Amino acid sequence: MDEILEILEKNGRASIEDIAKMIRKNPDEVKKAIKKYEKDGSILKYKAVINKDLIKDSESEVRALIEVNIVPQKDLGFDKIAERIYSFPEVTSCYLISGTYDLLVVVEGRNLHTVSNFVAEKLSCMEHVRGTATHFLLKKYKEDGVILKHKPDENKRIAISY
Amino acid sequence: MEISRLVEKIQPSGIRAFFDLVLGMKEVISLGVGEPDFVTPWQIREAGIYSLEQGFTSYTSNKGLYKLRLGIHRYLKNKFGLEYCPEEEILVTVGVSEGLDLLLRAIINPGDKILIPVPSYVSYGPVTELAGGIPVYIDTSKNGFKITPELLKRHIDKKVKGIVLNYPTNPTGVSYRGKELQELNKVLLKHKILCISDEVYGDLTYDFSHTAFPTLPGAKKQTVYFNGFSKSFAMTGWRVGYACGPKEIIAAMTKIHQYTIMCVPITSQMAAAEALVSGKRSVEQMKREYDRRRRFMAAELNSLGLKCSLPQGAFYLFPSIKSAGLSSMDFSRKLLEEEKVAVVPGTAFGSCCEGYIRISYASSLENLKEALVRIKRFLEKRTPRV
Repeated sequence: MDEILEILEKNGRASIEDIAKMIRKNPDEVKKAIKKYEKDGSILKYKAVINKDLIKDSESEVRALIEVNIVPQKDLGFDKIAERIYSFPEVTSCYLISGTYDLLVVVEGRNLHTVSNFVAEKLSCMEHVRGTATHFLLKKYKEDGVILKHKPDENKRIAISY
Repeated sequence: MEISRLVEKIQPSGIRAFFDLVLGMKEVISLGVGEPDFVTPWQIREAGIYSLEQGFTSYTSNKGLYKLRLGIHRYLKNKFGLEYCPEEEILVTVGVSEGLDLLLRAIINPGDKILIPVPSYVSYGPVTELAGGIPVYIDTSKNGFKITPELLKRHIDKKVKGIVLNYPTNPTGVSYRGKELQELNKVLLKHKILCISDEVYGDLTYDFSHTAFPTLPGAKKQTVYFNGFSKSFAMTGWRVGYACGPKEIIAAMTKIHQYTIMCVPITSQMAAAEALVSGKRSVEQMKREYDRRRRFMAAELNSLGLKCSLPQGAFYLFPSIKSAGLSSMDFSRKLLEEEKVAVVPGTAFGSCCEGYIRISYASSLENLKEALVRIKRFLEKRTPRV
């Protein structure tokens, strides 16, 4: 992977100037490369990773992982039905997986009720959906490589050494 | 109580007071740290914990756990095509520091000289003296901090027994290509001088691949190779290093080691063995991160007028601070007092390093950036206004 993407994947706020210094290239070249990635969809968007446990005023959210069994459609396989599912705004992630079920759908809602409603009224009764199993998420420890800790790591090194 | 004259003679480090000052201060951004800012990769820590759970709490063989020596043997073979026999040619030590002490004590007879290119890591000279030898410092500051065959030849006489090479170098980050090393090797072979090669930063070489000294033609029989887990695997506190060399030298070192240290703590050895099995990817990731910071910091320091070349290894930069019109020590002390940024004065690494400071980029990019803002402010205060 291009080093520019590697840097941005870790820190979406890395400035063009900083990236240029880190990879010893001209800022204009870096800018051009990023534009290209943005245009061709390699870079889809930039966002912050927020630890919602720490946000006092945020409405509490409920997340559920739902295993979905579906009947693949002729010629279209799983893609068409997956699209019908992931187009719902409640769905935050949707994966096709191997194993005992077909789609893993992550759904977010304001409370237990909204999520259950979504499953009961939207998902389960959808054509080609054979069955679902809903797992409510109790606690997040780590997400996308980020450990969701309340406190940043303290420095354990002595301040100066040879 | 009268203290040993040998110990009395050793100069206490001139910057001890400065170090104490740093350690007593709070909320300092430190660029003065000689160790990785990464914590030991989890799978290595986990192996240490597991070994404790399993009840591995005993002594090990003096030379170190066989499985660790075998791991070292395989690592060197795969990486450099180097073959050291795990039974007779590898000794596991408490960091490279212990290994160097053992070696110098094992080979030095009173009056023997050891060549030390400076700037150098702080222990080489004192440890040579404690072993009864005479350190001969070779000033490399006029040669881009590199020892050359000519410079080397000029310091050779009948009493010279060995030379301590350390590359990539602490404090400059300078390293050597295979060709340059071969030229040095020719001189050493001709004069039968032992190469004491401290390659603990070898895995952190950025612009070319690292050449292990014993891989040079004819060098292996006249080299003791030192490496360790501290820097590349971020395992400084575990204290594990190793020495590889001709079996009679390793045997002599083992003799001292068995009476003084007995063996490296078993937990550390277990963790180190795991590092060799599964740590490669973590080393690569850390190296890439250091590399970016290296290029970033070199560019930024140069733009602030603190001239430095792009170092090829380790995690240090050694910029000149001559433009600030202060001595290394004054610069470091004032920077600490005024802006709370800690660096190490160059003079800690040799008297020829007046006018330089060592900056470690083993710190997060955010820290480095904040430090740069402060250094900039510090320098601006000193620029005479026209």
